[in-house]
Amino acid sequence: MADKMALAKAINESLRRALESDPKVLIMGEDVGKLGGVFRVTDGLQKDFGESRVIDTPLAESGIVGTAIGLALRGYRPVVEIQFDGFVFPAYDQIVTQLAKMHARSLGKVKLPVVVRIPYGGGIGAVEHHSESPEALFAHVAGLKIVSPSNASDAYWMMQQAIQSDDPVIFFEPKRRYWDKGEVNAEAIPGPLHKAQVVREGTDLTLAAYGPMVKLCQEVADAAAEEGKNLEVLDLRSVSPLDFDSIQASVEKTRRLVVVHEAPVFFGSGAEIAARITERCFYHLEAPVLRVGGYHAPYPPARLEEEYLPNLDRVLDAVDRSLAY
Amino acid sequence: MTVESTAARTPRRSAGSKAGTTGTKRTRTTAKKDAGTEPQLVQLLTPEGKRVKNAEYDKYVAGITPEELRGLYRDMVLTRRFDAEATSLQRQGELGLWASLLGQEAAQIGSGRATREDDYVFPTYREHGVAWCRGVDPANLLGMFRGVNNGGWDPNSNNFQLYTIVIGSQTLHATGYAMGVAKDGADSAVIAYFGDGASSQGDVAESFTFSAVYNAPVVFFCQNNQWAISEPTEKQSRVPIYQRAQGFGFPGVRVDGNDVLGVLAVTRWALERARGGEGPTLVEAFTYRMGAHTTSDDPTRYRGDEERQAWEAKDPILRLRRYLEASNHADEGFFQELEAESEALGKRVREAVRAMPDPDHFAIFENAYADGHTLVDEERAQFAAYQASFADEGGN
Ligand SMILES: Cc1ncc(C[n+]2csc(CCOP(=O)(O)OP(=O)(O)O)c2C)c(N)n1
Repeated sequence: MADKMALAKAINESLRRALESDPKVLIMGEDVGKLGGVFRVTDGLQKDFGESRVIDTPLAESGIVGTAIGLALRGYRPVVEIQFDGFVFPAYDQIVTQLAKMHARSLGKVKLPVVVRIPYGGGIGAVEHHSESPEALFAHVAGLKIVSPSNASDAYWMMQQAIQSDDPVIFFEPKRRYWDKGEVNAEAIPGPLHKAQVVREGTDLTLAAYGPMVKLCQEVADAAAEEGKNLEVLDLRSVSPLDFDSIQASVEKTRRLVVVHEAPVFFGSGAEIAARITERCFYHLEAPVLRVGGYHAPYPPARLEEEYLPNLDRVLDAVDRSLAY
Repeated sequence: MTVESTAARTPRRSAGSKAGTTGTKRTRTTAKKDAGTEPQLVQLLTPEGKRVKNAEYDKYVAGITPEELRGLYRDMVLTRRFDAEATSLQRQGELGLWASLLGQEAAQIGSGRATREDDYVFPTYREHGVAWCRGVDPANLLGMFRGVNNGGWDPNSNNFQLYTIVIGSQTLHATGYAMGVAKDGADSAVIAYFGDGASSQGDVAESFTFSAVYNAPVVFFCQNNQWAISEPTEKQSRVPIYQRAQGFGFPGVRVDGNDVLGVLAVTRWALERARGGEGPTLVEAFTYRMGAHTTSDDPTRYRGDEERQAWEAKDPILRLRRYLEASNHADEGFFQELEAESEALGKRVREAVRAMPDPDHFAIFENAYADGHTLVDEERAQFAAYQASFADEGGN
C-alpha cells in the first residue's frame, strides 16, 4: 500500500485527507490557493475544496494567526502556512502571548487546535529571512508543541496527528528535504507524535537530530562506519515535548551523545538536551554531550551557508572529539 | 463607498466546496469590482503620449525642460536595461534570485527624481529605479541577490536605506526617521516604498497611525502592481488603497504609475507637503508587474496573458518616447546614443557581477555586534581551528 512520494507531496496528501475527513479543518495562508503555496505544498487543494476551506489570506502574519485563533474558538481547526521561517515574527506576538496561553488562562475550557506550518532551515541558497531555524524561540514558550518530520512518512502522519491535537502545534517543515522521496503508507498505524525514533542502531555513540539534520546524521553514520565506528542515529521528531526517555535509553547504551541542529548552538535545543541528559545519565556518560549547529551570527548570505551549516566534516569532527575522551 | 455596500448586498455561494458544510450565504471570499466605481487616476501623459492638463498637479512640473524630460526617459531605459541584465544573470546562475521591476519604471523614476538629496528613502526589495535616482551603484544592488552579502551598501552615503525583505517593516522605520527629522527642525522629507500586498501588514497600519499622530514628514509610496505574488489586490483591500489614508487622517491620491510625469508631479506635491509641516501623504502609484514576482515565481499558475497585454499598451517608456517624438524634444541621435549607453551599462553590470568575489569565510562572524562579544570571539577561534585542520591535510 506504500507509495513513494516527496516530503512536500506527503504533506499535501495529508492535508487533503484532513480536509476530506473533517469539515472543520481549514487551510489558510499567503498564496496557498491558486498558486498552491510557494513550495506547492497546498497544490490543488483549493481547486478541490473551494475558497472557503483553502483560504488565500491578506499578506499579514499577525492577521493569519490571530484569525486562526478566532476560528479555533469557533470550533474550526485551522492549519495555517507561514511562507518562510523569517516571516513568522509578525505573528510571534499572537503565537506567544495568545495561542500558547489561552488554554491555561481559560482553566482548560478553551482548546486551540491550530497548526502553524513553517518551512524552515537553510541549504537552498535563498536570500535573508528564508533560511532560519527559530524552533528554540518557540520551544521556550509553554503551551506550544513543536515538531519537525525528517522524511515523507513522518511528514504525512505527523501532520495528521498535529491537526488532530487539541493543542497548538508549530509544525516545522524541513524545506531542503521537500523534494526527497520516501515511502508513505496511508494505512499504517503511526507511533505517537512526540516519540523519538531510532533510525539506525549503533553502539559507539548516539547522534540526535530532527528535521533536516537527520539525513545528514545518517550520512555521518555511514561515513563513520567505514572507519569502523558504529553510530546510533536518533530522529527526535518532536522538539517540545522532547522525548528524553528515548535519548536516555540510547545514551545508556552508547555512552556518548552528539546533538546536531541547524539553529545556533547558543541557547538552542541542543543546550536543553545536553543539560537534561547530563542530569539523567551522568554516570553513564564517557564524554560531555557535544553540540553541532549554527554560530552566534545572523544567518549568512547564501555563498557562506555551507560554512555556517553543520556538514559531514563538522559532525564527524564532533564524533571524533567525543570518542577521544 | 459603493464598492463596499454593493458587494455586501450580493452574497455569493462559495465555489466548489467539497465538504460543503462551511459554505453559507455569508461566505463570500472574492471581492467583486463594481464597474464605474474605479477612482480617477492623476494622469499627465496618456498611454498614447499626449500631454493632458491637470489643474491641480500641472504646476509641479510646469517648468520642466526638454532636457529633464530626456533625463527621465534615459533613467527609465537604463533602469529597464539593468533589470533585464539582472534577470538574465539570474538565468545564467550568477544570481540566486532576482525581483524584477519591469513595468514599474515610471513609478520609481518619477518618485525617485522627485526626492531631494537630503531626503531619505526607505525601499523594499524591488526599488532598483529609485536606487538609480539616488546614485547607488547598480552593481551594489546585486550582492544580496547573488548571495555574497545581506545588504551591500552604506545607507547613509545616498540616503537610501538597505532593501527590506520582511514585508512592511520599513514603513515604521521611515516614520520614525521622519519623526526625527521633525524634531531636528530640518526641512527634508522621507519616502517609504511598499507594495499593495504590504498594505495589509500591521506595521503599515501602525506607521500610518504614528505618522498621522506625530505629523511626521513622510510620504508613503505604494506601488500597486496589482499582485502580491499570486494574490490580486482585491485579496488585500476592499477599497482602493489610496483611500485608506483618509481613515488615518491624511490625504491619499492615486496616480497613473506608468506616467512618469504624473508620478513626478504628485510625489513632488506630497514631498512639499511633508517639508512644509503638513504631515504624511499616501501616494498610490497604479501600475503593473509585467513579469514574475521573482525569478522563483511562475505567474502562469495564477494569471492569464491578456492582462499583461492590456498593460503593455500602457508601457511607461513607450509613452514618454511618443511624447518626446511628437513634441520634437528628442531626435534619433538621442535614442541611438541611449541605446549604446544602455548596452554599455548591461556590460558593466555583467562584468561587475562576475568579478564579485565570494565573501571571506570569516565574514560570518563580522558585524553582528558593534562592540564585540566574547562568544563570537570564541566561535570564530573554533572556526579558525577547524578551517586550519583542512589546511594541515593539504585541503583548502
Ligand atoms: C512578512 C513577510 N511575509 C511574507 C513574505 C513573502 N513575500 C515576499 S514578497 C511577497 C508579496 C509582496 O507583495 P507586495 O507587497 O504587493 O509587493 P510586490 O512584490 O508586488 O512589489 C510575499 C508574500 C515576506 N517577504 N515578508
